[in-house]
Amino acid sequence: MAMAADAKFHVLAVDDTLIDRKLIEKLLKTSSYQVTAVDSGTRALEFLGLNNKNRNSNADASVHVEVSLIITDYCMPGMTGYDLLRKIKCSSSLKDIPVVIMSSDNIPSRINRCLEDGAEEFFLKPVQLSDVNKLRPHLMKSRCKPNINKRKAVEEIASPDGTRSRRYNELEV
Amino acid sequence: MNQMAIAALKNQYKSFVQSMFDEGVLDNQFSQLQDLQDSSNPNFVDEVITLFCNDAERIITEMNRYLNYQNVDFSKLDSHVHQLKGSSSSIGAHRLKLACVNLRQASYERNKEECVEAFNSIRHEYCLLRSKFQFLMQIERRIVALENNQQ
Repeated sequence: MAMAADAKFHVLAVDDTLIDRKLIEKLLKTSSYQVTAVDSGTRALEFLGLNNKNRNSNADASVHVEVSLIITDYCMPGMTGYDLLRKIKCSSSLKDIPVVIMSSDNIPSRINRCLEDGAEEFFLKPVQLSDVNKLRPHLMKSRCKPNINKRKAVEEIASPDGTRSRRYNELEV
Repeated sequence: MNQMAIAALKNQYKSFVQSMFDEGVLDNQFSQLQDLQDSSNPNFVDEVITLFCNDAERIITEMNRYLNYQNVDFSKLDSHVHQLKGSSSSIGAHRLKLACVNLRQASYERNKEECVEAFNSIRHEYCLLRSKFQFLMQIERRIVALENNQQ
C-alpha cells in the first residue's frame, strides 16, 4: 500500500448536470487527482457512508477509498449543495473533509452563508483550472501535518485491532 | 500530400472557431475546453459538444411544451432556462447564454408574450450554434481520418 504522502488525492465531485460533471472531472484529472463524480447529494452521502462501513468493519484496509475533498454544485434538485455541506459538517466522521461549493449564480449572501457554514471555497461556474489549483492547499493541509502525527499514523495502520482513525494524520482524541 | 491536407484542415478548423469567437457565438470558456483536450482524452471537445447538444435539445423541447399551455408554469420554465443557461455557460455558448438570461427575465416578470419571443431567440441561437458545431466536428473527423491513414 502506497505511503500516504505519495498517493493521489481522491476528490468526490457532485453535480446534477452531465456536462458540468464531465468538465469538473476533466479539470480534476488534469490536476492529477483521482475523481469520483456523482449526480446528487444522496449518492454522495452513500459513497461516503460506504467508506465508513468499510472502515468500521475489520475489512482489508486497501479496499476503502479515502475522500480528501468534496466539491459540489449548489443548485441541485432535492438536496442542495448547501444541504450536503451541512450534513457533512454535522457528521462526526465526515466533518473534517474539506468541502468546496460551485454555483453559476453570483449571489453574495449565498456565498457568505456557505463560507460561514463550513465551505473552504466558493467557485463561480464555469469552473476554471485556476480555481482547481486553489484546492491543493486545502488537501495538503489535511495530509501534511507535523511529523509526530505521521509516525502515529504509520503505527495505527500497522495495528491489528482495526481502530485506525478516519484521517490517519489526525491526533486521536 | 496528406500532411498538407491535414495542415489545411487544421487551419480551417482554427479559423472557423475564431469566427465564432468574433461573432460572439462562443466565448473564452470554449478555449478552456480546447486546452483541456489532450492525448489521454483526444475527443474531449467532441464529447462535450455532443453532451451539450443532446441536453439543450431536451430542454428546448420541454420549454416549448410549457409555453404551449394556456397557463404557463413560470417556475418550471425558469428551472429549465436555468439549466440551459448553466450548460451554455459551461461550453462557452455566449449568445445562447444571453438569450437564456432574457428568457429568465421574462419568466420572472410572468410575461408570456415576452417569454415566447425570448424562447424563439433561444431556439434560433441554438440552431445556429448546432450547425456551426456540426461543421467543426466534420472537419475534425476528416482530420482524424487523414491522420489514421498515415499510420
